[in-house]
Amino acid sequence: MLILPELYLILFSIIFLFISLGKSRQNTILTAKILSFIALLVTAYSLTGRDSLFYGAYRIDLYSQIFKLLIAFGLCLVIFMFSDKDGIEEEFRPEYFMFIGLSSLGLMMLSSSVELISIIISLEISSYSLYVIVPLRRSQDSNQIEASMKYLFFGAVSTGIMLYGIGYLYSITGSTFISEIVPQFRNLMGLPFGILALLLTLTGIFFKLSLFPMHFWAPDIYEGSSNITTTFIATLPKIAATALLIRLATIATPAHYSFVNALIILSALSMTFGNIVGLVQRDIKRLLAYSGIAHAGYLLMGILTLNIDGIASAIYYITIYVFMTLACFYVIITISRQGENTSIDDLVGLSKRSPLLAMTLAVSAFSLAGIPPTGGFTGKFFLFTNAFRQGYLPIVIIGAVNAVISIFYYLNLVRMSYSKDAGDIEIMRLSAHERMMCYVLIFIIIYMGVLPFGLMNLFKFSLFY
Amino acid sequence: MEQFLLMNTFSFPILSTAIFLPLVGAVLLFFIRNETAIKVTAFITGLINLILSLFLFSGFNPETHNFQFGEFIPWIPSYNINYVLGIDGITIFLILLTTLLAPICVLCSWTAIKERVKEFMFCILIMESAMIGVFCSLDFVLFYIFWEAMLIPMYLLIAVWGGPQRDYASIKFFIYTLFGSVFLLVAIIAVYLVTGSFSIPNAMFRDYSMNFQIWVFLAFAIAFAIKVPMFPFHTWLPAAHTEAPTAGSVFLASVLLKMGTYGFLRFCLPITPKASELFAPLIIVLSLIGIIYGGYVCLSQTDMKKLIAYSSVAHMGFVTLGIFSLTLFGFEGALLQMLNHGVTTGALFLCVGIIYERTHSRQIFDNAGLGKIMPVYVGFFGLFSISSFAFPGTNNFIGELYVLLGIFKEHKIAGLFAIPGAVLAAAYMLRLLKQIVWGREDKRPIADMNAREVIYLIPLCILVFWMGLFPRPFVFTVEKTLGYLHSQLNTILR
Repeated sequence: MLILPELYLILFSIIFLFISLGKSRQNTILTAKILSFIALLVTAYSLTGRDSLFYGAYRIDLYSQIFKLLIAFGLCLVIFMFSDKDGIEEEFRPEYFMFIGLSSLGLMMLSSSVELISIIISLEISSYSLYVIVPLRRSQDSNQIEASMKYLFFGAVSTGIMLYGIGYLYSITGSTFISEIVPQFRNLMGLPFGILALLLTLTGIFFKLSLFPMHFWAPDIYEGSSNITTTFIATLPKIAATALLIRLATIATPAHYSFVNALIILSALSMTFGNIVGLVQRDIKRLLAYSGIAHAGYLLMGILTLNIDGIASAIYYITIYVFMTLACFYVIITISRQGENTSIDDLVGLSKRSPLLAMTLAVSAFSLAGIPPTGGFTGKFFLFTNAFRQGYLPIVIIGAVNAVISIFYYLNLVRMSYSKDAGDIEIMRLSAHERMMCYVLIFIIIYMGVLPFGLMNLFKFSLFY
Repeated sequence: MEQFLLMNTFSFPILSTAIFLPLVGAVLLFFIRNETAIKVTAFITGLINLILSLFLFSGFNPETHNFQFGEFIPWIPSYNINYVLGIDGITIFLILLTTLLAPICVLCSWTAIKERVKEFMFCILIMESAMIGVFCSLDFVLFYIFWEAMLIPMYLLIAVWGGPQRDYASIKFFIYTLFGSVFLLVAIIAVYLVTGSFSIPNAMFRDYSMNFQIWVFLAFAIAFAIKVPMFPFHTWLPAAHTEAPTAGSVFLASVLLKMGTYGFLRFCLPITPKASELFAPLIIVLSLIGIIYGGYVCLSQTDMKKLIAYSSVAHMGFVTLGIFSLTLFGFEGALLQMLNHGVTTGALFLCVGIIYERTHSRQIFDNAGLGKIMPVYVGFFGLFSISSFAFPGTNNFIGELYVLLGIFKEHKIAGLFAIPGAVLAAAYMLRLLKQIVWGREDKRPIADMNAREVIYLIPLCILVFWMGLFPRPFVFTVEKTLGYLHSQLNTILR
């Protein structure tokens, strides 16, 4: 029962497949909520599993299980955010949940895969389901069609590039198992050929992470797909991508200067580009897309140290990133009435309409900007410390300057909801469920900001395997 | 660690209590619906904390330069980050000032804040927590967290309850201060990587390379100079001060600005002494520019709050001047001046708040000629304004005297330039005072101060005279700490 979470997600998808065949559409959301919560419990139950399956292609260890738990938690939260007013038409909901489940399955498999072919297969499982759900949105206009086409094409191209890189890796080392590639590859990393192979392989992951230069899909797809789909795309694939990025990037060691330098450049460009373009966005989802690009850069800053502490802090960062982004999206989902996109101007007077939502938004925005005592600060702090310790001072300074740039647009969100006066104010009444969600998200963000050591030690511990 | 830290001898962790009591009070507010009850709860929380800090003061041992009432809890062991608290002569009065002003701020907002009272009091109490936290922390990370966490409630105080330009002012305040803090963070990490710990006392008086000191000093200095604010970085201050509600202005002027100078005393001098000496002339020049420029700008102000805000630039110039004279007199004067400025300028902002509540204008002309209409008010206002330009017998006189003694000892020319600044202060404050008392003839129906307003000005009034006429207890308390700092600097620099 080591792959219980994966099996459960298959079951999850099958259940919704059957529901989609039937006539009744009532209680779909409730069913999804209950089933996703069970998914969380199941994944938590199998946290301590440890084995190697399928001839060594699939590894179950604390590292992969932590990522799976995070994916399950994210899935659970995303589904709990699902509400009647969201832009998914009622008749498509079972299919929608089915695809979300399948995509999560692919992501979970991704975090366990230690062999190149199974990585590609998991990646495709997770991607194909997403290609289907992107255009699912009420009020069909060209936007979501455009978004889904772009996503499909860019996804296909990036997978192509990745396969090309994998071809190189295989041709150099004669193996598709990461554990066999590592020892042979260490010697080849000094050669341009080796660096090229690894970088090309990472391209597919950069695409998922929306890291510069594979970022260009993100704003359009965020904008075009429905709010809940965007929430999913903005968070869960990035978790699995981080897991995989860490596995693949650690093929190199800190001694491989040119590879590390390439990552430093990518990281710097990604955060600078994301933050600067983010400054002029009016649509909050587009804004968060650019914020995601910038955060991918921060994340890479932890990974490029290529040592345990740095990577543990990268895991910490992706964890807090998921929660703060979810909190931000939750506010968008809740204030948008029929699932339409929200612009910054829609936030005006939010603190009077619904103080709790305004507070959730403020906490997540401050966290995204990296202001203590939120988790975003703690995460950035660990990243900066470890990058600095490895001697990469320039990237630390670029990161610090970027934190200042980004505060402009994050603060803009808070500013709109707090200091702008709205003409007519209608009070939003939040249901108990909505309030609960807000409290949970705020709690997690603050908790990760103030008491990071338990999680941090866990992440570090998981890396020793 | 132990050699710097005298552990707490009270039966309970007194510093933690002082930090977290307001936080608990703030959370309590969420369960109260009645507005008056909210105000009373906030006030009582502040008052209890004030009494607690008086206990703290009574237990304070002025005979040692070590950190007292120490608390030590490992926090993030793998990074050697600890929850370390402790206070010394530099911080004891700053904490007292904070705890004194918190209940005053609650009182002064009693009727001035009409909407969202709960959130307002929440912000005030959170501010108090964070400010005390900043002064108590002996760990860089803890310090930084409090330092930054302070920004959020302050931002909200300006952005939600501020004046018409609050949007602009709050953003400017936030971004300006954050900009400085980010470099502070990088410097903190740099120091950590060299010392292997985030402990502040541990990082002091070590033999760092000159190159390292220069960079760390610059990173520190930019953060603190923005907070003080020193001359080229002062532009956020008038905007934030004018737009903030009275309580916000008081916190901003009395405590937040002190964090900058506190940072210079606590971080720049002990951690990067050589670089401090190297850059001292630069800082002195900037302080002098601040003093004189601030004075001239004050002369042309028509807005009372703006005038007092710019006068803060000038006053804080004296503080940095004292610190970077690198003399014992300068240090003592700077610390006294920090307290004086907190008391006097805080009181002046309270006075402006009192009149603003009545006339809804901050323009000097609108509030002129109050001599016959509001005699009590004018009495208080007069006292605080003459104290503000360092009239002998008031608190500022002592502080400025010490600073000037210090600076004349080291840099005579700089001292000469500081004197016109002191004269300018008299010019603009007397001009303001004259306008307020005799500026207009017409009689307007404005009520004089009520009992609540008198009550919260009286403690500040007493402090003005106490520190002005009998400053010995204050100097005595801080002497040992500053003396130690000075002697350590002397051994390193000479």
